[in-house]
Amino acid sequence: MRKVAIVGVGSTEIRSTTPDVSFKEMMFEAATKAYEDAGIDPRKDVDSFITSAEDYWEGYSIFDEFVPDQLGAMLKPVFTVSADGLFGLINAYMQIRTGLIDIAVVEAHSKASDMLTFEGIVTFALDPTYNRPLGGHPFYIAGLEMMRYLCETDTTIEECAMVVVKNKKNALDNPYASFGAKISVDDVLNSEVMFYPLKRLEISPLADGAIVMVLAAEEVAKRLTDTPIWVKGVGWCSETPQLESRDWGRAIYTEISAKMAYKMAKITQPQRDIDIVEVDDKFSYKELQHIEALGLCERGEAGVLLREGVTERDGDLPVNPSGGSLGAGNLLEADGLKKAMELVLQLRGEAGKQQVPDAKTGIAQVWRGIPTATGAVVILSNEY
Amino acid sequence: MIKNRVAVVGAGMTLFRRRMLETGREMCWEAAKMALDSAGLTLKDIDCVVLGTAPDAFDGLHMKGEYLLDGAGAWRKPYVRVYVGGGTGVFVPIAGWWHVASGLFDTCLVIGEEKMSPCHPHPQYAFSTIWDPILTRPLEPNLIWIFALEMHRYMHKYGIKKEDIALVAVKNKKNALDHPCAQIPAKITVEDVLNSEVLVWPVQRLDISPVSDGAAAVVLCSEDVAKKVTDSPVWIDGVGWCLDSTYWTNRELAYPKYVEYAARMAYKMAGIHNPPKEIDVAEVYDPFDYKELHHMEGLQLARKGEAPKLTKEGVTERDGDLPINPSGGLLGVGNPIAAAGMMKVCEIFWQLRGEAGKRQVPDARTGLAQAWGDLMQVGTVIIMRS
Repeated sequence: MRKVAIVGVGSTEIRSTTPDVSFKEMMFEAATKAYEDAGIDPRKDVDSFITSAEDYWEGYSIFDEFVPDQLGAMLKPVFTVSADGLFGLINAYMQIRTGLIDIAVVEAHSKASDMLTFEGIVTFALDPTYNRPLGGHPFYIAGLEMMRYLCETDTTIEECAMVVVKNKKNALDNPYASFGAKISVDDVLNSEVMFYPLKRLEISPLADGAIVMVLAAEEVAKRLTDTPIWVKGVGWCSETPQLESRDWGRAIYTEISAKMAYKMAKITQPQRDIDIVEVDDKFSYKELQHIEALGLCERGEAGVLLREGVTERDGDLPVNPSGGSLGAGNLLEADGLKKAMELVLQLRGEAGKQQVPDAKTGIAQVWRGIPTATGAVVILSNEY
Repeated sequence: MIKNRVAVVGAGMTLFRRRMLETGREMCWEAAKMALDSAGLTLKDIDCVVLGTAPDAFDGLHMKGEYLLDGAGAWRKPYVRVYVGGGTGVFVPIAGWWHVASGLFDTCLVIGEEKMSPCHPHPQYAFSTIWDPILTRPLEPNLIWIFALEMHRYMHKYGIKKEDIALVAVKNKKNALDHPCAQIPAKITVEDVLNSEVLVWPVQRLDISPVSDGAAAVVLCSEDVAKKVTDSPVWIDGVGWCLDSTYWTNRELAYPKYVEYAARMAYKMAGIHNPPKEIDVAEVYDPFDYKELHHMEGLQLARKGEAPKLTKEGVTERDGDLPINPSGGLLGVGNPIAAAGMMKVCEIFWQLRGEAGKRQVPDARTGLAQAWGDLMQVGTVIIMRS
């Protein structure tokens, strides 16, 4: 099967609010940068466009109607994945592998600042019969899940707070991140309790932004760029949406996705073979839970690695050197695609002040957020 | 160059009805179970699941794909929901196709589901949010209005009469009499259509497909697995999809160019040069009677403005030279959006296997299914061979 590489990335700034631009203008900006980066003309060169969106986030029904023009995709194959941008990337990867498509473009964005009632929208994702009538802000699910995770793994609330400190510090070096800060563990622990034991600073703040990525088949990629970033493995999985019957302590969806991706990438010892990780950190404990689910350490050890500095940018296994969602903002369906983009920049050696030395192979992982148990994993490498 | 061939080995569907008592999850399960049973497979044999369902607003559910995943048999499996508005039904098997053709999976369960009835007072209300919020939404349009514009334009440009268009409704509702899942099969006349209530001129009650609930599913697998599980696989030999600009007001509505582009993509992949000759049976998207004609022209199955002539001459009847919608189509079987497109794919599967019973078209070897959607904007086409 032919190989697939990422040959272009583009992004807007990630900001807490963007009253000056529409989502279309944001998509246009990110797309223009990505096409420039890849050196392609969307109207002539691209065979397939994929966008990643959910109707309710957008405030439209049938949102895919509003996609083609600003991507240069009019009268071209375009479709929408109702999931994170990382799922879009995976579908582009599959399309190229079939041989039908040579160049595919993936787009994802968030215009969270347009939402008046974020809480209300998330509530509509709950089972209408069993869970919705319980009321309350649906993030109580994250609080319960965190409690279960802490209880099963002996991870401490201080360790969870340290995730926030690390990621917000990392974000200070990311010119696109909006929520960088120098804070202490006490600052996190003293911020108000939102969904016990989750505190305000442990919840990634919503942000606006658009990400576009260009993928190409092996022969095309080599013609377009000297630094193709190869897609080595992909995996995705859904645990049940039923709150009553899922596993609350573990990220099963990530465990299964990771297994699939490692098998494809022929990675048998992830702890040895993975140099850099961008994992989902929509909530502080999620970073730790996801590192463990990826098999990068034993269960309950992610907090220990963090305390020992292993997951710092200059540690042995840098995790979220970009600042993650806690530092850069939660981009909803664009969150995973942003993580993949940060990885591409790292593997190209273009990450500036965030650069991790000698990174060859990395993982981007995402979770679709409350109340889902769906996630995806992509393994990227700068080695053929 | 496409290396891996993908086969359809099983199909299933629920009844299509105005109000199903089953939930969306239960309908998914029912269709999936029937498809798996017909292929002699179980959920354990399935490597991944692809699901299609149209606007979340019908059900009042955010992330509807997540909600449906248990019923779709996707628990702890790779699962994704894909979406191109009304074109979703035929697009789901296209997405399923690349899951298998990429070499990542050997088997894929593909499901289209729609439950329009929870939307009160009428599902049309959910469509109030499909418009551009600044340019169009303040006009408070509904879908029938814009299709009335399109129908008018089509009639005007080619001098087509209402009587000629009504023949499509008569034919499809008649064909549906032989479909066990059909919602509104009927023996009607052209006069019945012309005398039915005017909704938005020139669209009348019997020109339109109904509001429906339902689900339909197929099982896809790789060449190796197909040879093991069946003697009569149906191959997916061509896929195509195309999305036109958001700004439908700038479009020539008389001709669906996006359908043409999608069809050309699929014909190219399937090596088809003369569609009217090489296609033996077609399931063309017919939410309105004029759309069947419009789409036949976009699909290059008829010259521009000439599809009504073929219909009048009986060419598109089940025993004609080019049978169109032998199932009864959306006008007869019903229109649960994403499930309706999948129903068409199931029908082509049954036709090519010779399992269509009373609906059987003689000697069908190559079939086509097509759907359409968004703001008169998207075409999805799949070509299958026995």
